[in-house]
Amino acid sequence: MIEFRDIYKIYNEGEAENEVRAVDGISFFIGRGEFVGIVGASGSGKSTCMNIIGCLDVPTRGQYLLNGTDVSTMSEKQLAHVRNRELGFVFQQYNLIPKLTILENVELPLLYKGIGQSERRELSFRALEKVGLADRVKKYPAQLSGGQQQRASIARALAGNPPVILADEPTGALDSKTGRDILEFIKKLNEEDGTTIVLITHDPSIAEECPRVLKIHDGKIIDDIRKQDIK
Amino acid sequence: MSITQSFMLAVKSLAASKMRAFLTMLGIVIGVAAVIALVSLMNGMSSLIVSSFEDMGMNNIMVSFTPRGGNREIKPEDMQKFCDDREDLYFGMTPTLNIMGATVKQGTVNSNTSSVVGVSELYDEINGKAVEQGTFLTYVDVENRMRNCVIGTYVRDYFFDGDAIGKTIKINGYPFCVTGVLEESAGGEQSSADDTILIPYTVASKIAFTRVSNYTVAAKDNEHVEEAKKELQKYLFNELGDEDMYTIITMQEAANIVDDILGKMSMVLVGIAGISLLVGGIGIMNIMLVSVTERTREIGIRKALGATPWDILSQFVVEAITTSAIGGVVGIFFGVFLARMLGNMVGLRAVISASAILISVSVSAGIGIAFGYFPAKKAAKLNPIDALRYD
Repeated sequence: MIEFRDIYKIYNEGEAENEVRAVDGISFFIGRGEFVGIVGASGSGKSTCMNIIGCLDVPTRGQYLLNGTDVSTMSEKQLAHVRNRELGFVFQQYNLIPKLTILENVELPLLYKGIGQSERRELSFRALEKVGLADRVKKYPAQLSGGQQQRASIARALAGNPPVILADEPTGALDSKTGRDILEFIKKLNEEDGTTIVLITHDPSIAEECPRVLKIHDGKIIDDIRKQDIK
Repeated sequence: MSITQSFMLAVKSLAASKMRAFLTMLGIVIGVAAVIALVSLMNGMSSLIVSSFEDMGMNNIMVSFTPRGGNREIKPEDMQKFCDDREDLYFGMTPTLNIMGATVKQGTVNSNTSSVVGVSELYDEINGKAVEQGTFLTYVDVENRMRNCVIGTYVRDYFFDGDAIGKTIKINGYPFCVTGVLEESAGGEQSSADDTILIPYTVASKIAFTRVSNYTVAAKDNEHVEEAKKELQKYLFNELGDEDMYTIITMQEAANIVDDILGKMSMVLVGIAGISLLVGGIGIMNIMLVSVTERTREIGIRKALGATPWDILSQFVVEAITTSAIGGVVGIFFGVFLARMLGNMVGLRAVISASAILISVSVSAGIGIAFGYFPAKKAAKLNPIDALRYD
């Protein structure tokens, strides 16, 4: 599903002093339906990793296969299509567009997919129903609580029914109880719909909830723990 | 994403900041309105001038002589004979002898503004004038040097209460009997065509101590104007032997020259008005650049959700086009209103041309594309990661 083959992301390569190896030769494989947490301190390279997985950034070297296709050499336009069809994003800061209603926000990925208005409405509404925000569709992001906004952004990630959802510190801006609710919800998605989840976090208590954890330090994987193995 | 969707997006985004959208459009509104108002007024002016040329008679040929001190000259009788001999080409002719600085007096009342012109009995027909009271000058008046005159309505109203026929006025001290009043043609204003006194040219020549040097010759009809002009040229050259001693110009040529000048003037004016369109366009570009910067994060989000560079480009270009096109349409209405209002103020009928509207709308939409493209390109090229991190 998601396969990194010796991925490097190097800034200012060749300039001895300024060279930064954000990702320094990482390889891993994440299978369909897995729930993987990527853990690391800030500056460890986990965000760069996430950006590469999310097709928001391209590696300096190495191959990244998503569903068997090499996306590391794709054009900007092709990457946009991959982001649109294969991936759903959940951000720490929710990243809802403030001028659009919740429903319109959720519709966005479908709009870029080229889905017609009525079907778009229908799919978005169903996604919002799923996260329990059916009665908030006409509200604007600022009128919702943090937890509700994050649920809306999950609905947006779900709307196009992508095989992979990338969550970048999804609970980082929430209090611990709301954070736990969100995490439960993401787990449910993984268990019930079989959506592949990649969750980035620096919080060990969140990482504990993930069946598989990749620990990253200084751009390298230092640990790959599978809970099932332990059992 | 389709263009319709981009358009809906643009409208929504404009509606979100109405004041800004309005101010941005204002530049285009003013530019388009200025172009349309100016073109319409210039059109109105040129059609007014053309129609007043037509009133004066498009069959007319103006001849003027430059005295060179030679002994060869053309007298009114010669011109008369020449015209009479070619009745197939000419309707007739009238000398026009302006008495410069004539003083007109009636009792103790003076007028210095009235133009006093010596003419023949054909003047009214050649120049498309008619009397509303009394009679025009006659052949007998001209031949016998009768001190009769025909006056314009301003002169009548200035000197007399109502009826003027049979009354006497003094021109440069000589008494003249009013035999007719011309129909009003210029609103009865002072110094206008209605502030005129027509007297027999024979008398005019005598009291002003000058020879007749200007003539209006009328061709029989429209088709004969060019031929009539050529024949006249031939005749004058044969008689005088020097092209510099006379100038001949047909009314049509004069109208064409004026039309040409007006055309050039309106090009210049439209050019000046066009500058305000350009400034309006720069205003759009400026605000679009601000908008792209402000919405960097939004652009990042959209890109993360699968917007292609083209989607982002078209979103901003369509927004710019929508702004300028709405401005353009409002500008048309405003321009038409302005043209009508100014036209009424200066007594001109503004002629609103479809081409002016078409051009200014396409120019304003073009400005949207031209000035929207650069900021839109900037937005489309944004790196999604940087854009997402932007605050």
